[in-house]
Amino acid sequence: MVYLTRKAEFSASHYYHNPVFTPEQNQHLFGKCNNPNGHGHNYTLEVTVKGEVDQRSGFVVDLKQLKQVMHREVLDAMDHRFLNKEVPEFLTQIPTTENLAIAIWQRLEAKLESARLHRVRVYETPDLFVDFYGEG
Amino acid sequence: MKAHLTRRYRFSASHRLHSAEMSEDENRATYGKCNNPHGHGHNYALEVTVSGQVDPATGMVCNLVDLDRCVESQVLSRYHLENLNVLEEFSVTVPTTENLCIQIFEILQRRFPHAHLDRVRLEETMMNSFEYCGGNEVLQ
Repeated sequence: MVYLTRKAEFSASHYYHNPVFTPEQNQHLFGKCNNPNGHGHNYTLEVTVKGEVDQRSGFVVDLKQLKQVMHREVLDAMDHRFLNKEVPEFLTQIPTTENLAIAIWQRLEAKLESARLHRVRVYETPDLFVDFYGEG
Repeated sequence: MKAHLTRRYRFSASHRLHSAEMSEDENRATYGKCNNPHGHGHNYALEVTVSGQVDPATGMVCNLVDLDRCVESQVLSRYHLENLNVLEEFSVTVPTTENLCIQIFEILQRRFPHAHLDRVRLEETMMNSFEYCGGNEVLQ
């Protein structure tokens, strides 16, 4: 088994808010991240796929296809967007880094053809990242 | 759904690698420049990985404020700008980065109740890093 990781960057804004909570509870729980005007990050995405090396091509995965899917499913949808307002998943979920990693996994898993997804890693900043390995 | 969250911190400390169980010559041969009696320092980078189910109400594995507060009060305030050799936990144990990594894992395992502690990763320099998962396999 060989693992291949492809990196991408996108920039987006978000804020944390749960409508079930009172304004005071939201403020207490989420602090500055609760500002409804939002704030932004430069996210770094690492997508790791795994598989056996194909004898003819020498590839684990067609990198061109992986890049295209990452672009279409993630970057086109999220780069320079306000996640809470423009990305359907986050109309109902809070766009934390945890939920972002899960949403990106779900978007990619449905569209990748030959590659088996191993890990989605999302850096919110160089000092904070989340790994998601699927539901299994 | 289960996610793994990693947070990175920094601290600086000095140490000297010297074992009371070895002769002076053996210490010098084993630890080389790190055996200098006056000690030397590093800028350590610490990565703490915790995991758990993402709470649907908050979207979080745990509140980052709690993790930062715990690491600050239990680890960074203990080690930042200190000489590791004078601390109780290194009175007998040699303060290698392996032992420091294990020590930090054990402190956080005792003190951080809000998520499962997966791993402590400690960079001594940009070239050396050490990971400890409490005796479990290192995560992929």
